[in-house]
Amino acid sequence: MGFDIRGFELEELTGVEYRSRVEITGRVSRSLVEEISRSKKEPEWMRRLRLRALEYFEEAPAPQWLPYIQRIDLDEITTLYTKPDVEVASDWSDLPEEVRRIYERLGLPEAYARYLAGLTTVLDSESVFVGVKDFLRRLGVVMVPMEEAVQKYPDLVKKYFSRVFPYTDHKFAALHYALWSGGVFVYVPRGVRVPYPVEAFFFLGREMEGQFEHSLIVADEGSELVFIEGCSAPRLRRESFHDGMVEIYAHPSSRVSFVTVQNWSRNIINFNNKRAVAEEGAFVEWVEGSIGSKITVTYPSTVLRGEGAKTVSTLLSISNGGYIKDTGSKVIHAAPRTSSRVLSKSIVANGGLSVYRGLTQVNKGAVGSASHVECESLILDEKSGSYTYPIVHLLERDADVGHEASTLRLSEDQVFYLMSRGLKRNEAVSLVVNGFVRDVLRKLPFEFASMLKRVVELEFEEYGGVG
Amino acid sequence: MLLVDNVSVEVGGKLVVRDVTVEVGDGEIVALMGPNGSGKTSLAYAVMGHPGYRVVKGRVVLNGEDITNLQPYERARRGLFLFFQNPVEVKGVSLRDLFKAINTSWRQVEGVDSLLEETAAKVGLKRELLDRGLNEGFSGGEKKRSEFLQALLLKPKCLLMDEPDSGLDLEGVRLLADYINSVAREGACVLLITHYPSLLQLVRPSRVLVMRNGAVVASGGVELVDKIAREGYSSVVSHNGL
Repeated sequence: MGFDIRGFELEELTGVEYRSRVEITGRVSRSLVEEISRSKKEPEWMRRLRLRALEYFEEAPAPQWLPYIQRIDLDEITTLYTKPDVEVASDWSDLPEEVRRIYERLGLPEAYARYLAGLTTVLDSESVFVGVKDFLRRLGVVMVPMEEAVQKYPDLVKKYFSRVFPYTDHKFAALHYALWSGGVFVYVPRGVRVPYPVEAFFFLGREMEGQFEHSLIVADEGSELVFIEGCSAPRLRRESFHDGMVEIYAHPSSRVSFVTVQNWSRNIINFNNKRAVAEEGAFVEWVEGSIGSKITVTYPSTVLRGEGAKTVSTLLSISNGGYIKDTGSKVIHAAPRTSSRVLSKSIVANGGLSVYRGLTQVNKGAVGSASHVECESLILDEKSGSYTYPIVHLLERDADVGHEASTLRLSEDQVFYLMSRGLKRNEAVSLVVNGFVRDVLRKLPFEFASMLKRVVELEFEEYGGVG
Repeated sequence: MLLVDNVSVEVGGKLVVRDVTVEVGDGEIVALMGPNGSGKTSLAYAVMGHPGYRVVKGRVVLNGEDITNLQPYERARRGLFLFFQNPVEVKGVSLRDLFKAINTSWRQVEGVDSLLEETAAKVGLKRELLDRGLNEGFSGGEKKRSEFLQALLLKPKCLLMDEPDSGLDLEGVRLLADYINSVAREGACVLLITHYPSLLQLVRPSRVLVMRNGAVVASGGVELVDKIAREGYSSVVSHNGL
């Protein structure tokens, strides 16, 4: 791989204020890492990768940019690896009833039957359901749990795994590689356009647990794929920690859309490391609906590596209550005539905090590149806050880079106006919120737009009480 | 029937309306006149229930019911309508969205979409403005037409109209005057706030009140309008010995 993106994550974050740094206490033992590797019967190269990542984790400095996390104690996360007592099934009826019921409540069997080409569900640390429809198989598409891919397609996996998002990027990336378990591998052959989305669904069932799933998507030349990622967890008494990763490699002229609907419960500290490489003429789209979790830190990123590559990120985050969303999209223009577009919307209410932390970098030689970033936030009350830290590294003069940011504060006059037309306060707020998110919803597949719309409505149904 | 009974209004601790009494009977048009800053809009906001305009004395009675402590939406649902002088922009919420929400919330009307379009045509509001954010980039006249359209669709029993004619062209003013006359004929009560006498040539109120510095300083018949038009506000105030 002829590119080096090491260090970006930390480098760009200097100059941002912080109260205290993250302290990561507790140890991840070498024997635990070895144990995970052994139980997965991994080849030597993967075991060594884990151990190298572990060494890096132990030495790497703690991230400095997250003022609101004072401490993450790994000793308190009692289960860094949980294998559910369930055999992988390809038929819902083969799952134990209590597990099947979780998925039924989430509507997954119906979604799979209706509009998905494939579905993988990860429970705690392992895949428990893998459904691949026949037509997808006939197209030559590979969709298997990540562990199975390591066994069955070692050459393919070796070529891409950890190449897009190396463990040397930051401490949490290193921790992820040491402990990764679960996730899905998707390979779309040259010229194959997958007509329906595939989905991976992640469910964290226990408290004080860590989930470190790794998904890798390889879209060969001229292929097309829509990948949906869903996340959920029941309301737990204590915190759990999610440090997942997605790597996408988009070969020339391919198109990959990655859609996330994150609805973790309010105990989850969610780090989601997402990065794509787009080669010549490829298109990568990130859509991220960030609804749940206690703290979410995620910056879907694309390295536009080939001439004419494009990327679009559409982000929607909601922080209703004392929750924190630290999101943003990062784009590195590393080839001529590449283009990127980011639209980010955030809504904060009841003491919520939203931070947009984006990066646009145009490397020397990426002539004729264009980037446009638009951030909007809607602040529903005085207790809530929204901050924007866009960072631009412009190393090439011949590039067109634009950034717009705007903040909308819901005013008492607006609420009064709508209430004077007979709407209750919460109905008025809902109407404003829906209006604010509309252009984001328009970009989503229909099922997700309507689901997200409902989530948004429910979120603000009780806002401001009755009347 | 609307009764504003000896009402005082405070905004941010400052008294902006003092001891005002206004009574508007069913089918009656009462004009409330007065120079800028005399407290007319504050009175209208207080009657509609804006939380920032606190009624610190007196009461507001609508059709025999004391509504002083009701929420704005409860007043609206009882048939009170405020025609805003300068309606606020609400980004992302169009007239169409607003009426769909009203329909879901409290006022089920068949065929909202076609009704909106017909009414827009009737009041001369460009169709595309039905789908833009409320008042977002609307001209002065377009804002009035949007208020007018909302009044037509909500069919209120009691209208507080705050300078409904400013910014409208002649044709618009005539349309509005016809509307006010016809709703009054049908039994609605109308409190018409204006400080231009022009609309009052087309809508003949049965009574005229003049406010200044938060208080009613003159009242009388329609002849007051003509006098104000000829000689200005000071003429009626001094004439009444205040």
